[in-house]
Amino acid sequence: MRTSASTSPSASPSTAAARPRLAVWKFASCDGCQLTLLNCEDELLPLAAEVEIAYFLEASSATVAGPYDLSLVEGSVTTQADAQRIGEIRAASRRLVTIGACATAGGIQALRNFADVDGYLAAVYATPAYVSTLSTSTPISAHVRVDFELQGCPIDSRQLLEVISAFLAGRRPAISSASVCTECKRRGTVCVMVAHGTPCLGPVTHAGCGAICPAWHRGCYGCFGPMESPNTPALVRELTVLGMDDRETGRVFRTFNAAAPAFLAASRDAAEGGGIHAEDTDAEDTDAEDTQAEDTHAEQ
Amino acid sequence: MPSSRRITVPPLTRVEGEGRLLIRVSDGRVDETRLNIFEPPRFFEALLRGRAYTEAADITSRICGICPVAYQLSALAAIEQICGVGVDGQLAALRRLLYCGEWIESHALHVFLLHLPDFLGCDSGLELAREHPAVVRPGLELKKIGNTLMTLIGGRAVHPVNARVGGWYRAPTRGELDRLVGPLERARDIARDTARFVAGLDFPDDEVGAVFVALRQSGQYAIERGRIASSEGLDIAAADYDSHFVEEQVPWSTALHSTLAPLPPLPPHAPLAPHAMSAAGGSYLVGPLARFALNARWLAPAARETAAEVGLRPPERNPFRSIIVRCVEMVHAADEALRIIGDYTEPAFPAVPARPRAGIGHGVTEAPRGLLYHRYSTDRDGTILDAKIVAPTSQNQRPLEEDLRDVVERSLDLPEADLARRCERVIRNHDPCISCATHFLTLDIDRG
Repeated sequence: MRTSASTSPSASPSTAAARPRLAVWKFASCDGCQLTLLNCEDELLPLAAEVEIAYFLEASSATVAGPYDLSLVEGSVTTQADAQRIGEIRAASRRLVTIGACATAGGIQALRNFADVDGYLAAVYATPAYVSTLSTSTPISAHVRVDFELQGCPIDSRQLLEVISAFLAGRRPAISSASVCTECKRRGTVCVMVAHGTPCLGPVTHAGCGAICPAWHRGCYGCFGPMESPNTPALVRELTVLGMDDRETGRVFRTFNAAAPAFLAASRDAAEGGGIHAEDTDAEDTDAEDTQAEDTHAEQ
Repeated sequence: MPSSRRITVPPLTRVEGEGRLLIRVSDGRVDETRLNIFEPPRFFEALLRGRAYTEAADITSRICGICPVAYQLSALAAIEQICGVGVDGQLAALRRLLYCGEWIESHALHVFLLHLPDFLGCDSGLELAREHPAVVRPGLELKKIGNTLMTLIGGRAVHPVNARVGGWYRAPTRGELDRLVGPLERARDIARDTARFVAGLDFPDDEVGAVFVALRQSGQYAIERGRIASSEGLDIAAADYDSHFVEEQVPWSTALHSTLAPLPPLPPHAPLAPHAMSAAGGSYLVGPLARFALNARWLAPAARETAAEVGLRPPERNPFRSIIVRCVEMVHAADEALRIIGDYTEPAFPAVPARPRAGIGHGVTEAPRGLLYHRYSTDRDGTILDAKIVAPTSQNQRPLEEDLRDVVERSLDLPEADLARRCERVIRNHDPCISCATHFLTLDIDRG
């Protein structure tokens, strides 16, 4: 129910209890996806009237113990303590939705999965022993059951509001599983790959951003991660025709969604083609098994 | 045995990956303050190795969703130095314009949703919105205008996509920028009104003693370029950063501490090594207080007038009053954006050609929270061999601990709950990135 602007926040616990309880959680991430919620300036105060924001440290110091009706989870799991914490959050949440590439596909920090993490530590810290970290960055779905994964680096605010509305109404979110190409068509953007020969990941990338990059005369760089059933081998052939070598194609699939199974497979194919870090392929295989076991979008 | 106690201010509930404060007290004196930052390491400097020079801006923007433009433009400045290209004229003005949007967005977030609740006794900006809608609703409008500016130039507000090595993918049209004039005039008014409002708040006594460090550019309130200057007379190019500033690791934090190296400086460009353990140098503060202290004379007239009207004079050393400086900087950013738009002519090309080269480049810009330094070395085909990034929060960590020590020492007679709340406020004054966890501390006392 709605509360008027003048209602005292502590006046009516029964009113608060009647509203669905929303929690927002942070794991390893840049905060950009949580910020996307705060960037819904026009919707923020109406939303705060519709739901009880029970846990959202970025916005409030007032916290409420679980259970929660809807938990939004940002970030990937990179420490032992976080691996335990996500289990506790799942247990306290009726519905759990991941927001963004880190929570859904491990994020840019999943590049460690292809490297020796001790080497990473030594590159950044003089005394690595002070720092506690896991050797991998894994998506939330590698640890607990996830009710919905909202892709994007960062997520799109309109899609976020749709997901929140849908779960509060008890329905599935109406989120397209098509590619960025469909959004270019809808927007009337001339295809940058066809018209200008600009390499573009749009044909294999999940829609949702509104096809921003091509509208800015740039090829899509895949920050929303793979669409459902992408044909990456066909795209890689086109990218090769446009002059990209194996090293470059390997790189474009190893950015913000490197651990998403379809992009992982594409970067592995490029590596086997003689490109990037051929010595890392063992590590990739291990991580692929971990992630694919939990992800229904795995390219078979 | 002297009477001693150990005050730990741990994370509230299940807030791993954030911060914790430990204070040791004996005989009425604070022996030690340690701000633990548990943010899990994400290893950007390591994962950049082997990537292309064209990827540094987009990859490092993912360090912070609140100030992605700062990361993009520090990275591009460093890479363009390696490539030997200068981005000037309208292409440079557009970068400053995009940065103005980020200052407005980030400062508005901190002022209205994170900082102001402290002064008005609320738990959150949302509660504040119920109690003081006349203040918060225009604040959200101001924040939205910052985001609108970033979206128009950059494609989106979080991790914008338009900036590239040598310039932009697409330069905005004259007509697109004209649409921002009305909103930016409104933003300038809101920021000015907010400055007047916050100047009337009750400010506890506090004074930071650290040296101020900020970019300085003659004739402009430095944002996206300039030389590195200090309140003690330092005046160096970005390329000399490594010879004057030292980063060190401390056992209690995943954020590296930065200090101003004791003289004489290290040899220039000495080690392309990991962040070294070092002898302790002097602490220094970056951010709004430092910028205002060093560059107030270059503020836009509207911002200078606002500062004078609300009684803000450089140097301002009370971190509680940084909220007023942020408002003045928002007036400046809106006014500066209007000036850039007024002078804008569409460039003939959105970018100048930039070829990869082997070399070392340094880039430094003023993130909303303060100086942000990037250094890259690349090989002939532009592959990144080494990267070093020094964020504002690691530079401010030591002066923040010193500030906490002073405040705690003067406040030991406060009840514990009030002392904890005072500590949280001191931390938030500096808008550290971990302040995403607003009000993230509770107090636990272990009497020794």
